Formats: sequence, structure tokens, C-alpha cells
Amino acid sequence: MDWLARTFRKFRFLAGRETFNRELEEEMTFHRAQAEKELIADGMSPEEAHFAAQRQFGNDARLRDHSQRITSLWFETSMQDMRFAIRQLRKNPGFAVTAIVILTLGIAASIAIFSFVDAALIKPLPYKNPSRLAILFETTRLGPRFHLSYPDYLDWKRDNTVFESLDVFDPNGFIMRSPAGPQDVDGSSVSAGFFRTLGVTPILGRDFHPDEDQPAAPRSALISYAAWQRRFGGRNDVIGQSVNLDGNPTTIIGVLPRDFHFAPAEPVDFWASERSTGGCEKRRSCHNLFGIARLKPGVTFAAAFADIKTIAQNLERQYPESNRDQHAFMMFLTDFIVGDIRPILLVLLSGAALLLLIAAVNVSSLLLVRSERRKREIAVRGALGASRARLIRQFITEGVVLALSAGVLGTALAYVIMQLFLRLIPTDMLASMPYLHQIGLTFRVLVFAALITLAAGVLFSLLPAVRISLSDLREGLSENSRSSSGTVWRHFGANLVVTELTLAVVLLVGAGLLGKSFYRLLHVDTGLQIDHLAIMQIAASGDSYKSDQQLINLERELQARLSTLPGVKSVALTGHLPLGDGDGTTELRIIGRAYHGENNEVAIRKVSANYFSTLQARLVRGRYFADDEDESRPKVAIINQQLARQYFAGQNPLGMQVSLGTDDPKPMQVIGVINDIQEGQLDAAPRAAIYPPFNQDPPSYFGLVMRTSQREDSLLSSAEDVIHRIGPALAVSYAVTMKQRVHDSPSASLHRSSAWLVGGFAALALLLSVVGLYGVIAYSVSQRTREIGVRIALGAPRSSVYRLILGEAGRLAIAGIGAGLLCSLAATMLIRKLLFDVQVWDVTILASVGLVLAAAGLLASYFPARRAASINPTEALHTE
Amino acid sequence: MVSSMAKRPDLIPGTLDMLILKTLSRGSMHGYGIALSIKRLSEEVLTVEEGSLYPALQRLLVQGWVRAEWKMTETNRRARFYTLTAAGRKQLGVELSQFEQMLAAIGRVLQDA
Repeated sequence: MDWLARTFRKFRFLAGRETFNRELEEEMTFHRAQAEKELIADGMSPEEAHFAAQRQFGNDARLRDHSQRITSLWFETSMQDMRFAIRQLRKNPGFAVTAIVILTLGIAASIAIFSFVDAALIKPLPYKNPSRLAILFETTRLGPRFHLSYPDYLDWKRDNTVFESLDVFDPNGFIMRSPAGPQDVDGSSVSAGFFRTLGVTPILGRDFHPDEDQPAAPRSALISYAAWQRRFGGRNDVIGQSVNLDGNPTTIIGVLPRDFHFAPAEPVDFWASERSTGGCEKRRSCHNLFGIARLKPGVTFAAAFADIKTIAQNLERQYPESNRDQHAFMMFLTDFIVGDIRPILLVLLSGAALLLLIAAVNVSSLLLVRSERRKREIAVRGALGASRARLIRQFITEGVVLALSAGVLGTALAYVIMQLFLRLIPTDMLASMPYLHQIGLTFRVLVFAALITLAAGVLFSLLPAVRISLSDLREGLSENSRSSSGTVWRHFGANLVVTELTLAVVLLVGAGLLGKSFYRLLHVDTGLQIDHLAIMQIAASGDSYKSDQQLINLERELQARLSTLPGVKSVALTGHLPLGDGDGTTELRIIGRAYHGENNEVAIRKVSANYFSTLQARLVRGRYFADDEDESRPKVAIINQQLARQYFAGQNPLGMQVSLGTDDPKPMQVIGVINDIQEGQLDAAPRAAIYPPFNQDPPSYFGLVMRTSQREDSLLSSAEDVIHRIGPALAVSYAVTMKQRVHDSPSASLHRSSAWLVGGFAALALLLSVVGLYGVIAYSVSQRTREIGVRIALGAPRSSVYRLILGEAGRLAIAGIGAGLLCSLAATMLIRKLLFDVQVWDVTILASVGLVLAAAGLLASYFPARRAASINPTEALHTE
Repeated sequence: MVSSMAKRPDLIPGTLDMLILKTLSRGSMHGYGIALSIKRLSEEVLTVEEGSLYPALQRLLVQGWVRAEWKMTETNRRARFYTLTAAGRKQLGVELSQFEQMLAAIGRVLQDA
């Protein structure tokens, strides 16, 4: 209560601050007058009395300050300090802008990367007790993480003693029939207990019943929150609605929570119940499922792993034909989802933390330079009655103002950087990393931002404040304080600058190499003309596309109808679109050549007759297919140059007979050789490929390519319309331009994002090293003012002063750049795998990085050198 | 910097408030009057530094132990007169008894030695 009453009285003082000052003034005048009168009465002359009274009264300003402090609220002086700090910073915009900019960048980089760390590593996965969940695979000769077969799943589920529950999912996707025609939709089939194992309950409707994945049960599905919003407008009556998935009427029974995601299967709109009705589910050799299990309480990971390994061994013994060499493999679900990204993020976070630290030290060094220059000002203010505590508080306020502005700006910038980062990741890739969807300025990210801002503020306040309290205020007046702490700082600063320069060189070289290799990648010879090419994926399912003839008719109709679209030059089909994952291979045998069981895997692409001319590929020898080369004609094929090199070295492949696959080896004649079209990723090595005619064995799932004369993206939707008119049962997906496909391809994305990321860090490091160098040199100049003054007074020309300072800077710069170039050799060995068509020892890049840094270093040291050269010797020596 | 306070011996720390309150218990007074009264009654041993007097008065005002109003002096000049409040009187009692306890304690220590 006392406290309240006091504060209330203080507020009354605050309201009448003007009056208070006036009254205090009047009171003091009265006091002096009375004292004077008394002294005169004691026999002093009026003049003497006046001065005596003044003296007796002491420091007017300090008294007023003191009285005011007693009656003022705590924030009043803080506000005053704050206003003064802002005025100080505005008076020196160069310093303020530099300090705030580098701090903002450092803080922004840290926050942005932390937001990814938070979303991927800190925020728990949206399941009950996610740390007890494991994902299960079967290990085959091809690798450790392969699918389970349905019968194996049932045995694992029955025989294990370590899991509370074990369920499976199959991220396959569905074709959905809708009034607008069939659509490829993202989906997954799961066993009935899937969501119970995860510990997730629907926010609307219900979960699957335990037996809802049995053949007799009516088909049902849950939908994701996003699909509910997007496809059903978020309406409650979605429950009970029926959709047709893969030709089966399926009832929607529930909606999953908004924050639910399951990365191993994402993107998923429809979660349907898995059925054991398909042919695949009957066979142990058909693998199509992944397992997910919850460990029983108290069961360790190792014990559980051992248990299912034993089960798999028993199955191997029991069913040798299907289960030979098949073992169990298990991982924590969390490790599976974020295991790959964890080390990358941690490295990035440490990098950002390091840069932030360097930024903070740099700003501190700028603050020190400033505090050296302000020594006199501080000493004068001290002499005028400012207490030491008050002066230190002033410095703390300046530090806090700096840190606070940088913190706010940095947080805003971090938000922008996050969005840019997210845009660097292609949509498809982002869809498989659903945990990144929640990136933004979340509570934890904001707390992190506040913490680093606070830490920076503390650092900036303490450093100059310590300097002030160490050096006696009075020394500042005579400006002859060359304390040992100044020398320590200079040594520390010099080492720091060399480190910064080294770091900047390494990062710049890395960015240069990655940028160059990204450029090379985008300009690599793909064997086809990428621009003005529209592509899409078509699935022809249902009764109208059962026979080869129906598919051939479809091919002809697509060609005929799409070619008439204005702007379309030619249309062609292929079993697999080029520049994909390089999948779709078969075994090649050459008729008439001895076979010794070698594995001759080649890529196979069934393509229409005008495919090569549409891609603008180059025929090396032989001929193209004819339009009418279908099943009625002898089997033929075109091979690429790589296949010719690999299997027909020194021979003419034309006229040779080959067969594909082992099931039905019908011989086909090689009629042509085409240049290597990149079927895999941009950076993949050329691969042997064979192209049989589409019409001799037409696939029902194929790609379509259109060469256009106008902008290719403008034709995508009209082409889709035409296709839906041709066949309402055709599902079109992935309608994009070839440029977009290249842009979004994993190899391009990887190169692009690493180039941008390293480039960003490099730019930051460059800026920091420049500011760091400036700080150290400027500090050194401020410490050597008198020395330089003496030199000039003794007749040293200005140019020698320039040489002195630039030489000091040059030694640091050369040390840093030299060390950096050496280190970058070692560092670039680490990114060698990321480089494409670029040597680690790229002289142009090394030389340009060296030049850029040398120029930047010169710029950074020019200003302090100019200041040193313009030192006025009389002024510099005056205070001696 | 040489402080002007260092010229004369200081009051025992913490006693200034008590002295002001005691002085005001004899009637309302302006700042100069308070300083003069303390000086005279202590036979010039205790001098209240103006630099501490006015801040101390502000402190007492904030605590609510004194009240201030502008009045005319006998010589017809405007001056701020301070008056003890009821809370101030109580506080004076507290401080006096604390001070006496302390004096007694110090006295015992000195006798012992």
C-alpha cells in the first residue's frame, strides 16, 4: 500500500514536472538569498557574500538532478537516456547504420535457420509419444529399406512380443472419379489400426473400426484437414459423402486434425483402408507396404529390433522361395523423418551462430572505437556532475537501443528469409516435408529472437561500460590514457579479423564453385531442346483402354486433336518423361552373342514415332520409326549412343537383333541410333537407353510432350481440356513445362539451394570481415593519434601516414586471404560431391575471390587511413 | 573530480531525515530555516549540506511524511514551508527509538573497551 501511495505521489510530481522544476529553482534562489543576507549581516561585502553563498550551495545541476531522481519514476530517466541514445546514434549515422545492419543480418540469419531447426527438430511430431514409434522395413539384396509383403506383415504382427500395435501403410495414390473427369489424387492405404498406433484421433467423424480393412467391410476413408478445406470447403456434412477411389465407392468417415502430418506418405488427401483383396497382398514376394509400430512400455529399441529380426529369420527358413535374404529393418520414426535433415540443419545453425557471434564482436569493436573518441565528452559530462553510474547507464541504454532495433529488424528480415528458403524448395519436395509447413514466427522462434537480442544487448552494454569504469574519468580529459586493455583489444581484434577474412574467403570460394556448377548444370547438354516444351502425365484406366488397339487409337487421337491446337507444333508420347529419376529399366540381351549371366540393365522408353523430332533430338544414324509401325510389323527399336558405345563398340549396331526382359524375349531389330537424351537427373552420367515404338506395346500410363511455337505454359490448360474431351476416363497429372521440370528437379534444386545458402552466408561473412577490418584499424588509429601527430609534427608526409595505416590493414588482409585460400582448398574437398563439371581448384574463382576481398579490405581501411592522415599535429599534441 | 561534500565532516549516515523531522516537529519551516535551525541547535557542529537537504526533503515528500506549501515569510518573501504530517510524526517516533537503541548499543561497546 505504501508503495502504491508513493507511486501515486510520484505521478503527481510527474504531472507537474514544469511546476516542480520552477518551484525547486525558486526555493534554491530563496535559500541562496537568505544565506547571502546572513553573510552580509556577519560583515561580508555583498560581492563576497554572493560567491560564498554560491560555493556553499555546491553543484547546482547535480542537486537538481538528485532531487529530480528522487521524485521521478524509474522509466523517466530511462526515457531520457533512450532519447539521448537515439540522438547520439542519429548524430553518427554511419556508425549506427553499420552496426544495426550487420547485427540485423546476423540476427536474421540465426532466427531464420532456427525456425527450420524448430520446425524439424524441436517441435515434436504430431503423434502421442512420438519417441516410442518405429518404422519397419524389409531388407533385401537391393538395400535396407524396402517394402514389406502383406503376409509377412500379418506374421510380424502376430508373432512379435515387443509392440503394442503394428500397422502398415502404402503411399500409392488413387485415381478419383469426379464429375470433372478422373483425377490423380494423393492418397495412402493404411491398415485399420494405423491412426490408433500413431495416437491420433479425427477432429470430425470417427477412426476406422478394427475390422474395417477386411474384405467384407464397406470401403471407407479419412481425409486430411487440408483436403477437407480444399475439396469439401470445410463443411461438416462431408462425413458420409461418397467418393470413387480407383473405381471403388468409398465413404468418408472422418477428418484428421489440422496439424497432423505423416511425412513418409505425404502428400496425402485420402487415407483409405488397406485391403487384402489385390493379387499382390496374397503373395509373399510382392512387397508394397511399410510398417509402423508402437513399442510396448519398457521395451528398448534394441530388444524390439532383435525380436522382429528373429521373426524374419524364421520366415526366411519357413518360406525360402519368397523370403530368401530378407531381413527385418527398423528405425525410430523420428529418425526416419528428420534424420537426414538433422545434421544439415545443425551445421547451418552453428554456422549462423558463429556469424552472429562475429557480428556481435564487430559491433562491440565499433562501440569501443566510439567510446575512445567519446572519452573527452564523457570526462566533461563527469566533471559537470554526471555520476559514473549514470554514465554507464547511458552506455547500456545505447547498447540496448542498438540491440533492440537490430532485434526487431532482424526478426522481420528473418521472416522474409524463411519465405525465400521455402520457395527454394520445390513444391514436390516440400510436400514430403510436411513439418516445414508450420515455419514462421512461432512462439519458440520469437523467444529465441528475444534471447539473442538480449544477449547482444548485454554484450554491447557491458563492453564500453567496463572500459569506462576501468579508466578513470579524469584521464579522459588529458587524453593520455593508453591503457593495456586497449592493446589487448587490438591483438584480439587483429586475430578476429584474420579469422573473419579466412571464413569469408572459404565461403566465397564455396559459393563461387556452387554457383558456377549450378550454371553449368542448367546449361548441360540434355540432348533435347528444353524451351517451348510442355509435358504432362496421362493415366488411361478403365474398360475403354484394355486392349493395345484401344491404346493405339488413343495415341492417334491425342496426336491428331492436340496438334490442331493453335500454337502446338507437334505432339509425342513416351513411357517415361525425360529428365526424371532415371527409373524404368529392363534387361538387354543381344541375339547371337554368348550370355554369361551378366546384368545388362538399360533404360527403356516406349515412344511414339515423332518423339525424337518433337524433342529436337539428333538422329546419328539409321532411321526413325514410321507412324504405322505397330504390332503387325516386325519389332524394331532405336538405341542411344551410349548403348551403342557400351554394347556395340567398334560395330555397326544397325540391323542387330536384341531382346528385352526375360519373360517374353521377342527379338527386335535396331534401326537407328539417337544422341544421348538425358533420361535421369541433369547431373547423371549418360546411360544406355533403348526406345521401342509406342505402338508395338503401348503402356497405359505414359507421358505426353508438346512442342509449341508460343509460350508453352499458356497451352497447358487448353491441352488438358482437349484430353478430357477425348476420354473422360483419362487422368491428367503433372501438367508443367519442361523448364519447370528442370527447375524443380532434385538435382537443380539441390544445386540452387546450396548455391544460394552458401552465397548468403558468404555475403554476410564478407560484410562482417569488412566491418571487422574497419573496426580494428579505426580503433588502432584512435589509439595512435598522438603517435601519428608526433610523426607529422616531425615532418612525416601524409602519404607515409597512409602507408603506415594501409600497411597495417594490408598485413591483416593478406594473412586472412592467404589462410582463406588455403583453407578453402580443404573445405571445397568436402563439397566436391555437390560440384558438377567444376574443378575444386578453379583458378578464376580463387583469383576473383582474392581480388574481391583485397578490394573490400582496401575500402575498409581507407577511411581510417584518411582520418589518420588528416590528424592535426598541434591538436594531437596539445593535451600532452 | 573533487566533491564539495568532502570539505566538512558528514552527518552520521541516515540521521538527516530524523533531524529534519525533529526540527519540523517544532512547527512548519522553510528549507533555509531547517538548515539554520539544525546548525544553531547543534552549536554549529552539524551543518546540513544544501546538496543533501533538498533531495532529502523531496524524499520525505514522496514518503508522505511532510507536506509543503508556499507561504510568505516575515520579510514578505515567498518561500516553501514544510509541515510534519501525522505519518511523519509516527516515523519520527520510530526513527528516534531506533537511534536511541543504536546509541545505547554503541555506548555499551565503548564502555566495554
